[in-house]
Amino acid sequence: MDKVLFGDNQFFAVNHLSDEKSRAQAIRFKDDSAIIRVLDQAIELGISTFMCTTHDRIANICDHMRANPDKYRGFKIYPGMPYAHKYANAVTELGIIGTIKQYVPGNIFSTFAKGGMAYLSKDFLKLMEILIDAEMKMFKGISTPVIFIQNVIVDMILGLKAYDAFRAFDDYIRRKYNAEPGYITMNMPALLDALNSIGITNPIICTSINKIGFRMSGGREIYEKYLREKEFRPIAMQVLAAGALKPREAIEYLGNFPKIESVLFGASSKEHIRETKELIEKYL
Amino acid sequence: MLKAGIIGLGKMGLSHAAIVAPHKDVDLVAVCDTSSLILDGIRKFTGIKVYDDYRKMIDSEKLDFVIVATPTKFHFPMVKYALEKGVHTFCEKPFSLSIKEGEEMVSLAEKNNLVNQVGYHNHFIGTFRELRRLIKNGILGDLVHFTGEAYGPVVTKPKGGTWRSDPGEGGGCLFDYASHVINLIQEIIGRPVSAPGAQLKRIYSRNVDDAVYSLLKLESGLSGILSVNWSDETYRKMSTSITVIGKKGKIICDATELKIYLKEPDSKEKLDRGWTIKYITDLAIPVDFYLRGEEYSAQIDNFVHHVIERKPTEINTFRQALETDRVMEIIMTESKR
Repeated sequence: MDKVLFGDNQFFAVNHLSDEKSRAQAIRFKDDSAIIRVLDQAIELGISTFMCTTHDRIANICDHMRANPDKYRGFKIYPGMPYAHKYANAVTELGIIGTIKQYVPGNIFSTFAKGGMAYLSKDFLKLMEILIDAEMKMFKGISTPVIFIQNVIVDMILGLKAYDAFRAFDDYIRRKYNAEPGYITMNMPALLDALNSIGITNPIICTSINKIGFRMSGGREIYEKYLREKEFRPIAMQVLAAGALKPREAIEYLGNFPKIESVLFGASSKEHIRETKELIEKYL
Repeated sequence: MLKAGIIGLGKMGLSHAAIVAPHKDVDLVAVCDTSSLILDGIRKFTGIKVYDDYRKMIDSEKLDFVIVATPTKFHFPMVKYALEKGVHTFCEKPFSLSIKEGEEMVSLAEKNNLVNQVGYHNHFIGTFRELRRLIKNGILGDLVHFTGEAYGPVVTKPKGGTWRSDPGEGGGCLFDYASHVINLIQEIIGRPVSAPGAQLKRIYSRNVDDAVYSLLKLESGLSGILSVNWSDETYRKMSTSITVIGKKGKIICDATELKIYLKEPDSKEKLDRGWTIKYITDLAIPVDFYLRGEEYSAQIDNFVHHVIERKPTEINTFRQALETDRVMEIIMTESKR
């Protein structure tokens, strides 16, 4: 994995510190061309991995990349699925079954429907595979060497102790996409223990790591202990603690943990991208 | 270890299950739902026992507490059954569709000395908690006005739906979204007693309201505005905010930040004149397990703590939730005028 992974929160009005800022971002990135412009700037600065959710608009970015193969040669995307708010809002309105009906591709669902819900219920893992394929469709022809499940799903599975779902995800991503499975979580120590308990070793885990312990469940100490002692491939996210930390002190802190392989960050201006990238390369 | 059960495995029920199961003081022994699909999934992937009848679950499992996360119209029989069997009860919001049934649940819980809490989770978001503290300490002086708002993209096009689109089952923006805002206003600023000019507007839904606009008058005589719309797709997810204006300044609060403006410095609070911004990064309540927001775990931690101590919680009691139901009833009545 590259040391520097460019994220997409800024494009989709995700700001953990201010609703006002997220509206400003929504206005600025209304057009896909604005997203592409910033991505291109990141590429000019030598960044070659984009980690993004499976937001509808990413499909347009993928179209653009496919249409310009020379420009994006060697560029990689790490998809994180699903775009959770799409499902969360749908569940509020349609319920869980209604949401499955809405998002499982029509013809495939009718295959299930023929066998009835009883058939579907016996084959949750098949349903998971169908949903993964539906989310992955937009990346056809684009290099996706690592594929993540988003934290809401990871942490839900973790909480329910439904670890077989991790096993199935892991196997399917390797088998079908010839890619490395990755896990985004807000509960890193518990997740690593869970994955190890079912024989998944040295997993790629993307998790909040910052000096003030923001979104580090169970506290900073246990995270630091795991970063020093356990075997896994950490990607640090929320390193600026949603903007509460200055970039230099934030990234200097990450330098204490040589195990951290990559840092995920998002920024909207070329200057910020440059500054953060240089700091990561200096301290990591 | 406390033994817990959950009734209703929709979005909130599953989310509670994932938070309760790993809790260090709790053993989630059983869950109950009527969907065989959901129950099959739980049976297949977790070690949790499943029931399709809540009475059987409560009778057989000797639970210390139960979480009721079913559509609102089912709260009354389920909560009542649990309370009668001496089981501490956490109930999702809104609490009840009928004031009479709500009153019965309140008195039963209080009479049986059972810990009772409702899922108005915003009170466990650090920013709203800080807003409450500041307002109670009188930092803004005499209050002049308030605005309570929530917007989000739940129903953004015309189509049918689930129980949330059925007014008889507790669906609609008033019950689902506005209840949160009313509850915040009630607990942070004061109890609304009338809702002049209340409007329930349909935008895309056929049978329920998609937006709620009203003036709210509080017990203290203070008035303010309620503005809630769940058909606003300019928001990525539900966004709730409270603005309070007083003679000494103003505070704008949402789940991410608290913007305080003071006309004069406040030495006790160490706040300057002009704007001070407090961020959630400094105010978030630490939790051992995180799913969708610290507040969901923090409210369960609070409930579990009080069950262990066998003493009533002061935050989000049935009684407080019933007050919110009363305000919603006032708004509904007023909107029909």
